[in-house]
Amino acid sequence: MSVNHAQQSDAEATNADERVREVSILNRLLSRPELGSVSGAVLVFLFFIIVAGDSGMFSPDGVLNWSMVSAQLGIIAIGACVLMIAGEFDLSIGSMIGFAGMMIAIPTMYWDWPVWTSIIFAFALALSIGFTIGTIVVRTGLPSFIVSLAFLFILRGLTIALAIMFTNRTIVGGVRGAAEGDLLAAAFGGEIGGWLFQWLADVGWLQSFPDGTPIITGIPMIIIWWFLLATIASWVLLRTKYGNWIFATGGDAKAAKNVGVPTNKVKIGAFMFTAFCATVLAACQVLEFGSAAADRGLLKEFEAIIAVVIGGALLTGGYGSVIGACFGALIFGVVQMGIYFSGIDSDWFRVFLGGMLLLAVMFNNAIRRRVTGAAQ
Amino acid sequence: MSDKILELKKVSRYFGSVIALEDIDMEVNAGEVHCLLGDNGAGKSTLIKTLAGVHKPSKGEYFYEGERVEFSSPRDALDRGIATVYQDLALVPLMSITRNFFMGREITRGWGPFKQFDQDRADQIALDGLAEMGIKVRDPQQVVGTMSGGERQCLAIARAIHFGARVLILDEPTAALGVKQTSNVLRVVAQARAKGLAVILITHNVHHAYPVADRFTLLNRGRSMGTFLKSEVTREQVLEMMAGGEEMEKLEAELAEFTRSDEATA
Repeated sequence: MSVNHAQQSDAEATNADERVREVSILNRLLSRPELGSVSGAVLVFLFFIIVAGDSGMFSPDGVLNWSMVSAQLGIIAIGACVLMIAGEFDLSIGSMIGFAGMMIAIPTMYWDWPVWTSIIFAFALALSIGFTIGTIVVRTGLPSFIVSLAFLFILRGLTIALAIMFTNRTIVGGVRGAAEGDLLAAAFGGEIGGWLFQWLADVGWLQSFPDGTPIITGIPMIIIWWFLLATIASWVLLRTKYGNWIFATGGDAKAAKNVGVPTNKVKIGAFMFTAFCATVLAACQVLEFGSAAADRGLLKEFEAIIAVVIGGALLTGGYGSVIGACFGALIFGVVQMGIYFSGIDSDWFRVFLGGMLLLAVMFNNAIRRRVTGAAQ
Repeated sequence: MSDKILELKKVSRYFGSVIALEDIDMEVNAGEVHCLLGDNGAGKSTLIKTLAGVHKPSKGEYFYEGERVEFSSPRDALDRGIATVYQDLALVPLMSITRNFFMGREITRGWGPFKQFDQDRADQIALDGLAEMGIKVRDPQQVVGTMSGGERQCLAIARAIHFGARVLILDEPTAALGVKQTSNVLRVVAQARAKGLAVILITHNVHHAYPVADRFTLLNRGRSMGTFLKSEVTREQVLEMMAGGEEMEKLEAELAEFTRSDEATA
């Protein structure tokens, strides 16, 4: 808000309703959806700095390690977050990762398509499936929980069946060799900033192997995609009219419709964006590891939803933050790797996750009551 | 006062075998508050939905600004300047005042893919629009959920006026409001009239309608009982003409009976 607004409202305050109270900065912070996940992330960092500070978790390759784990989840959490704000769920995200990955690998390895064509093909397929799920949800009025649950099974089954049909196996490898020199493939499986890390190693600020190659050869594209998608999604949500439509659709679809928001299109678009994010992750994985596996992405939809909820989004829609969801994913990655580095039995990770989810939901509920006041 | 903006001639509306409206004649002028009174089931909702373009008349004619119209949708009516504020208000509680004000009609700046919602200008317009209606808001970023029912009603009205309404249809704007909030809403209604809008106010509460209304149209069981200038009728007569009138009298008589029997036993 600009300064003259503040002055104007101060001037008005004298003859305004005497019951309007001053809202403190703390209260303003508390009504931000990101608060929970940002403070959670800080706590988690502090904990592991104390517990596992000397285990290599915060060395350059350790940082890269948990950044990548966070980025994998973060990318799909961004899609799930936008969709949840629009008031819907997608349980087929995980299956979509497996499916899209296979749709890149099979044409590349068995139909001799160039990798970039396969990638575009996978994106087109994923977007049309997202469109289909969205259309079914808005046309039938069925809960997206059920519709996307159906697609969880349909897509997973299709992935395995198609893989067996075309390749007679469930893991299709060798993509990396085929992707050699492909620009679009490099946009997903490559790294950037290699010269910077080489320079850092040459100067001696970064450890290097005996042959002179630095221990980190560049920033993987998956992390770049994470930041890129988070920035774009956040900008669209907070700064454009489409963002306003997404919040309005999730907040009260009937009200939004009555003032002319095309709520059906908004929802279908959000489903397509979710499918897009899942495919970005699938492409990064396939081109990074060089293979597609039919079981990839298993249970990822739930992890994405947990990250989004930890990020402050309401399950009922209309409220949430992409930045919050990214911090939720960061908590995920740090804890998962932190438990590994600190030598704690990794079974505790799930206990921690469940606990975090429960805490986050209760916290969000309290926040919502605060935001909407007693009037709700 | 003879600046006729909207007129119904012998309008009927049937739902299957149900006669919801029968032979309704009604005129609304610019710059007046026209009050539509009737008990539950009198056909008020059907009538306003017909005016708002939700229903088409089964029989009869609908004139708007002198020409005969047939609205195909509420959007159609809205584009011509007939705005309806329903009881649910079409506000999203989790969104800010400004975002609600511009919901579906966002103003933008920039070009091409970088076009964005003009937050500062939108804040200012929303503040001015509300101030013009006599509503003071500290912070346009405040979420609507924290506003009172009366303030929300005023926000919905201010929004309709800002986006060019010439006829404002208000569906039970004072239902479920306290005394003070009711008077705030009625003040906003008077403001809208002063701006030259035609306001159609639907209510079953005569006491809310009487102070602000210029004319009354009474509905009973789908039929119009006529339109009256305020100077022609008293509050009590209006009350009596509504179906509720007789009932209230009966109730008063019964209550009087109770008091008598109480005194007798004492």
